[in-house]
Amino acid sequence: MANAVKDERVQKTSPITTLLRRPEFGALMGALAIFLLFSSVDTTGNFGQPGGIAGWTDIAAPIGIVAVFVALLMIGGEFDLSTGVMVGTTGLLTGVLVTELGLDLWTSIFLVLLFAAGVGLLNGWLVVTTGLPSFIVTLATFFVLRGANLAVTKQFTGTVRVSLTEETANYDQAAALLASKIEFAGASFQISILWWIFFTILATWILTRTKFGNWIFASGGDANAARNAGVPVIRTKIILFVMTSMAAAFVGIMFVLRLKGMQAGQGVGVEFFYIIAAAVGGTLLTGGMGSAIGASLGAVIMGMAYIGIPYALWDSDWTFTFLGLILFTAVLINTFVGKRAMKGRKK
Amino acid sequence: MTVALELKNVTKQFGSVIAMTEVSMEVTSGSVTCVLGDNGAGKSTLIKTLSGVHKPTAGEFLMDGQPVDFDSPREAIAKGIATVYQDLATIPMMSVWRNFFLGNEITIGWGPFRMLNIKKMKALSKQQLLEMGIDLRDTDQPIGTLSGGERQAVAIARAVYFGAKVLILDEPTSALGVRQSGIVLKYVLSAKERGVAVVFITHNPHHAFLVGDRFYLLNRGKMINEFQRKNVKLDELTMAMAGGAELEALTHEISQVKGK
Ligand SMILES: Nc1ncnc2c1ncn2[C@@H]1O[C@H](COP(=O)(O)OP(=O)(O)O)[C@@H](O)[C@H]1O
Ligand SMILES: [Mg+2]
Repeated sequence: MANAVKDERVQKTSPITTLLRRPEFGALMGALAIFLLFSSVDTTGNFGQPGGIAGWTDIAAPIGIVAVFVALLMIGGEFDLSTGVMVGTTGLLTGVLVTELGLDLWTSIFLVLLFAAGVGLLNGWLVVTTGLPSFIVTLATFFVLRGANLAVTKQFTGTVRVSLTEETANYDQAAALLASKIEFAGASFQISILWWIFFTILATWILTRTKFGNWIFASGGDANAARNAGVPVIRTKIILFVMTSMAAAFVGIMFVLRLKGMQAGQGVGVEFFYIIAAAVGGTLLTGGMGSAIGASLGAVIMGMAYIGIPYALWDSDWTFTFLGLILFTAVLINTFVGKRAMKGRKK
Repeated sequence: MTVALELKNVTKQFGSVIAMTEVSMEVTSGSVTCVLGDNGAGKSTLIKTLSGVHKPTAGEFLMDGQPVDFDSPREAIAKGIATVYQDLATIPMMSVWRNFFLGNEITIGWGPFRMLNIKKMKALSKQQLLEMGIDLRDTDQPIGTLSGGERQAVAIARAVYFGAKVLILDEPTSALGVRQSGIVLKYVLSAKERGVAVVFITHNPHHAFLVGDRFYLLNRGKMINEFQRKNVKLDELTMAMAGGAELEALTHEISQVKGK
């Protein structure tokens, strides 16, 4: 029985609609617009040059590394508010293990990643077993870690800072890998940029090219329907929490190596940068849709704002205000364009 | 035609609530078995028992003549019993091909580099849908852009493709308009032609009459009537479902109200 009826109302999809339907489209346009804006108001003539690019990508990289995994988690239908403080916790923990407890640097890095995986596992497990919103569960984790960061740091060092000296064994190795600079086109770029590109590609591959990625979309899109289709929703969500937490730890380790120490308050508030980057990048706050590339573009926009505002000699006290407006505008445009594109395909 | 599923005097109790009392039914391959009943009649309880969500409190549940005892829906799925739930069948924002293969993704590659075989899944889903008579130009479009009827149809095609021997449809037409219901009913028939045992739950006797081979009437947890296609007319079915005498009494009352 193959008497398929051609529906005369089916329109051929134009390539433009296909492009508009991509969740990262808005972020790409936004990034171009903001680049043009800051290039035109730039007083140093450096914003679009290698030196300027090295500046704003340096800001964007650590945000982007975590934001791409936050985007995956959000597509999977969950939030993690403990990511920012996790950067601090893991940086501090690395310092404490090495400087205060005398552990080997590589061993410490391994233990810190393991610790982060454990916290992610706990977040995920608490969310799926209690059924409480992840917003609340991870907000609690955030405050627990925030307090612990201060208390434990003071306990060990008597100050609010943990330090990590260059004399530490294997520091050179680790720093070469995670906190060095690369000369390119007459400017020095942070190696974190390469990691950021790597993680963006990895996350995009996971999301769009693997079975697990399919399960992420399904879990966030409709957990019940996903379960009915045989998707292990609980496992998918827990793995996402673990990945997010480990991405934050990766950045925490990069920072402690680069800054040769860490303040107890580091990272607090940064969790919103990740969420903003993901949202600007077209990730739906209710889950089910989004892109890792979009989150990276969101991070680029933030990097450009951070460098572009002082380059334009604007008062940089307004940076956050600027980011707030960008968030609102970008999400508004994403929603509008996304809806139009969806409708365009409707029969 | 072989009997795929059989219930013998199955009772389901939730604490003190008896949702199903000594229900017996047969579901044959290559035919459409309709279960009709008003809200609260126990239709959902019946299909949840068939699909492995609930265990019978008493009675026998046979598949291909053998007693079965499912601990979870997954076990029922593994045995070839697929259930398409009304609103919980597909994920609106995901593309048609992703929905079609959700939970059964085809991959290529090895170990950590194992990835989706997107080309194959797109081609296969398009072809399978076409064979069921669903012509989609582009399986890349979000399934939410299809109409409700088409979405149900895709869910049915998916279940058939993945080898469902028994296909349970929970009120697939209750939220749809006339034309959309027509689309779904067409695919119900095309699944039947492929030899699937279809269990069609509805409270709409018109829809049931269009596709059904056998009709079971459920009321207050009891199987109150059973009809074969050849022995029943639509009026009889409607009457029986509405509780015959009750409907007559109601008609009488209404005419009295109008007469005033
Ligand atoms: N899980 C349950 N626990 C207690 N009572 C239930 C449960 N499921 C169904 N029932 C009861 O069983 C009866 C039949 O319900 P249901 O099977 O959902 O009917 P239908 O789907 O025909 O509308 C109702 O009285 C309902 O309250
Ligand atoms: Mg029901």
